Amino acid sequence: MSSNDVTHHAADDHNHDHGDDHGHHGPAPGLMRWVTTTNHKDIGTLYLWFSLVMFFIGGAMALVIRAELFQPGIQIVDPMFFNSMTTMHAIVMIFGVVMPAFVGLANWMIPMMIGAPDMALPRLNNWSFWIMPFAFTIMLSTLFMDSGGPAGGWTLYPPLVLQMGDSFAFVIFAIHFLGISSVMGSINIVATIFNMRAPGMTFMKMPMFVWTWLITAYLLIATIPVFAGAVTMLLTDRYFGTSFFSAAGGGDPVMFQHIFWFFGHPEVYILILPAFGIVSSIIPTFARKELFGYDSMVYATASIAFLSFIVWAHHMFTTGMPLAGELFFMFSTMLISVPTGVKVFNWVATMWRGAMTFETPMLFAIGFVIMFTVGGLSGLMLAITPADIQYHDTYFVVAHFHYVLVPGAIYSLMAATYYWLPKWTGNMYDEKLGKMHFWISTIFVNVLFFPMHFVGLAGMPRRIPDYSLQFADWNMIATIGAFGFGFSQLMFVYIIVKCVRGGEKATAEVWEGARGLEWTVASPAPYHTFETAPTIEPSTVTR
Amino acid sequence: MTSNVSRWALLSLMLLLVPFGASAEWGALNMPQGVTEISNEVYTLHMRIFYICCAIGAAVFGVMIYSMFAHRKSKGVKPATFHESTTVEIVWTVVPLVILIAMAIPAARVLIKMEDFSDSEMSIKVTAYQWRWQYEYMDSGVSFYSQLEPSHNEARQMGSDVDLEATFSPSRKRGDSEGGVYLKEVDNELVIPVGKKIRFLHTAADVIHSWWVPDLAVKKDAIPGFINENWALIEEPGVYHGKCAELCGRGHGFMPIVVRAVPQEEFDIWVAEKQLAMASVSEQADRQWAHQELVSVGEKVYQANCMSCHQAEGQGIPGMFPAIGGSDVATGSIDKHIDTVMNGIDGSMMSQFSEVLSDADLAAVITFQRNAFGNNTGDTLQPSHIKSLRNGVDIRAPESVALLPDTNTTTGVN
Amino acid sequence: MSDLPFDPPRKSHAKVAGKMLCLAFAMFGFGYLMVPLYDIICDITGLNGKTGRVSVAEANATQTELVAEDREIIVEFVASINQGGSWIFKPMEKTMTVTPGKMYQASYYAENLSSSPVVAQATPSVSPFAAAKYFNKTECFCFTRQAFEPNGSKDMPLTFIIDPDLPINVDRVTLSYTFFRSPDQS
Repeated sequence: MSSNDVTHHAADDHNHDHGDDHGHHGPAPGLMRWVTTTNHKDIGTLYLWFSLVMFFIGGAMALVIRAELFQPGIQIVDPMFFNSMTTMHAIVMIFGVVMPAFVGLANWMIPMMIGAPDMALPRLNNWSFWIMPFAFTIMLSTLFMDSGGPAGGWTLYPPLVLQMGDSFAFVIFAIHFLGISSVMGSINIVATIFNMRAPGMTFMKMPMFVWTWLITAYLLIATIPVFAGAVTMLLTDRYFGTSFFSAAGGGDPVMFQHIFWFFGHPEVYILILPAFGIVSSIIPTFARKELFGYDSMVYATASIAFLSFIVWAHHMFTTGMPLAGELFFMFSTMLISVPTGVKVFNWVATMWRGAMTFETPMLFAIGFVIMFTVGGLSGLMLAITPADIQYHDTYFVVAHFHYVLVPGAIYSLMAATYYWLPKWTGNMYDEKLGKMHFWISTIFVNVLFFPMHFVGLAGMPRRIPDYSLQFADWNMIATIGAFGFGFSQLMFVYIIVKCVRGGEKATAEVWEGARGLEWTVASPAPYHTFETAPTIEPSTVTR
Repeated sequence: MTSNVSRWALLSLMLLLVPFGASAEWGALNMPQGVTEISNEVYTLHMRIFYICCAIGAAVFGVMIYSMFAHRKSKGVKPATFHESTTVEIVWTVVPLVILIAMAIPAARVLIKMEDFSDSEMSIKVTAYQWRWQYEYMDSGVSFYSQLEPSHNEARQMGSDVDLEATFSPSRKRGDSEGGVYLKEVDNELVIPVGKKIRFLHTAADVIHSWWVPDLAVKKDAIPGFINENWALIEEPGVYHGKCAELCGRGHGFMPIVVRAVPQEEFDIWVAEKQLAMASVSEQADRQWAHQELVSVGEKVYQANCMSCHQAEGQGIPGMFPAIGGSDVATGSIDKHIDTVMNGIDGSMMSQFSEVLSDADLAAVITFQRNAFGNNTGDTLQPSHIKSLRNGVDIRAPESVALLPDTNTTTGVN
Repeated sequence: MSDLPFDPPRKSHAKVAGKMLCLAFAMFGFGYLMVPLYDIICDITGLNGKTGRVSVAEANATQTELVAEDREIIVEFVASINQGGSWIFKPMEKTMTVTPGKMYQASYYAENLSSSPVVAQATPSVSPFAAAKYFNKTECFCFTRQAFEPNGSKDMPLTFIIDPDLPINVDRVTLSYTFFRSPDQS
């Protein structure tokens, strides 16, 4: 983090005529800077480092899973611990990596993209971040408790989750705090986008990243509280004698699944919409051509968000549902592929007849489009209810959502990191290493996840610590891919650290084809930007 | 220099994919076609949507890859300036919609067929437990539990030195693409007649499970307190394997399903045999057993039902599963011990075995536990005692006092 | 900051944040609202197989109204015991052939195998779900909790009538009861 200090000392040199209560004179010195900071860039940095650390924790859990599955038979961990690993891996990756990383990017970039000096509610911003490390400390500490960590899957289905020992209460407590953090962060983003846009920055002039985050923030505010309600019901069922989900008292365990997926399906779009925004910023830059179909991109994002509220029961086709319900959820799920398709087609059309170069961010963005589409197409297969009855709860589903989330969401995060890193640090990253990182990751991520389609179709259920012999070859290959992918991410850390410490100086524009307000400020971005609102004429390029 | 990196990487990516395609036959990579009309239709749907996805993928990636080669800056192209076209947007909204509708219609047709439960000829109730299945034939009254075959159970324990390939892979030598039976065999198979529409009624006694047999294209959740149904009509005799598909705790990976479809005559014989066996189980409970006989039967019952949690040497797993060797339950009051085994412990992973095990098996396993792993109570528990408990005779009735540990000298040791 | 010309007044941040916070609380409430909502949807669609309950008068009205004499439905009775209870629990008759619109009586037998008093709750479920809302009971042991003496037993009756509007493709209905140890033992 030392070079960030350099960054901000440079910012200090600026003359500020208008001082006010929260220090326009650069960051406070020392460690307390990070604890007390209300600066959107500092908080963005904190979020990003936090999620990078969690990425390795969640990744280590994935490697425990893959190591156990390297061969048939049980060699390394007890099945119960294995279940804890699958559960925790999901919770860490979703709530500790992808979501905070997107919030971090939102913090860093949204004010700079819309010409605002900071987030609307800077102190709230500080709290939303600092709740997270505490919540995750509690969450992860359950692994060391006598009764073990949560082992009923991240979906927390009762009655299984209620069999958990007393660490259950800690898990629910941690989830509540993570939820509060997300909701506060989202409120801040909505307020920033609504109130802090520079004059002339109309909604239809906002970069796609800002648009997708606005919609994501609404999704978060609308669904996280539903999830909070569901886990509260679990808590009262367990400790206070209610029976929301127990048939003995007139409840129904399937109802939990309905409430959970009412949150859970929009949640998967929370994990991907900001990625759409990132890719929609990067592809035009390196194609040197304006994003194709901006308006339709906005409408597609909004309709995906809307549809995400009416498809939840496609996660539950095997729970027993009336025929009409099955048909409705099949059709609505298939419908989601239309706006998603529009997005992919628009990206391709943006590339078409551009003048492309393939720097690392572009490579990751193209990798995203291709492999996300692979995941999207397997999603379309999963929408076909009769076939879903065969696919459900197998490795085919595991392959599907990992394609959407790893070479999908995670690739978009890596693309974003490489894209904006020069803006954050003032230095260019090592392009050659970046490309190597992309290619090695891409090879291994496919070695890791592609075979899962096969074992899933051939009948391997998910969340099992041991399997029949006919799945052995593909599991071994997947494990090799997992270790390759996992360890090649050390390169990512090395490249970031190297870039933070120094390197070729970046220009303000950084990329030849870059558009948008964030490229009009110096690299590294000064500690305070846009203290005077930029002038945005109708002709100014802002996206 | 950087483009060398990309070229090298692209080449190795392609090379890696070649052995992938070649290493296993297609059958082992794809959804089984199955043995029922429904499973065949599901397979057809699956292949159709798969080919559609391939076609979409090929078109989109084709255009993209062409563009990536043709429209690069290094070729000196000038970027075009177009950035919208309502016509194009409409086309690529409507065309996918049409494809979807074309896909939705056959899918709906199959779904309607799957949901038609009428004219079934036989009902089997399938109750899921952690971690076994119970099958009850509604008309003949045949009822039994089905769980992972004991030799598999032993092999799958941590630290077991069983060579899985050698032990469970005989069929592989015969060139069978199924590739061995490890974790696929059960102690009691579900036997059903071919050519009959059979309804499966699913429920569970503890947590949610899911009964899945890929060859029949049936998968339905078993939910405690609720009943779900499903049906299959198998034309061809054969053995079809399945698994529990919904995470149900520690033993989730170890509750396989075996369905053996046989001709009607064979089925009738099987039912008669099962009914006889059930009667003899109840006879077994009435005779006096020798101590040693109980211990040796008990050891087998232990291995099949208790070992995966309480471990081979009865040492348990600290913090998760208590040890049996030297435990208060297994060395203290036998009533408490019987109660624990038969009724389980509420709110823990200790499930009840009163429904799962016969009187003789219960008596045997309790006797075994009280005389193994360093426990030396010398107790002998007769199956008849368990039977009397089941029949509602008070556990503290004078005639059973002889079974209490402090008076174990008077137990019926032969 | 407030002296900056473009910076909107602070109040408006509070306004947006307040609205969003209200939305968040409303959605928390909606999570709970889904509980009664779910019950209503189950009632309408028969989802989860919860059966209907009618008064004797209503049942009599149906009975005289329409009796589908030419239709025969097989009703199967199923009993399950949930974990943690030591019981015998079984239907007295396994199947019954009934005519829709007529009232029938069936019974289950339950016995407490433990040496302490226990309160049990039976939960009904009907399959197929499409039949659930046509399966009406005027009297059922599942309406109330059942108390058992140590080693006590009882026959538990239920009276039911199948609505003649039962969908035509349903020819077999399964009525299942699961016996739970009641969470409330008082």
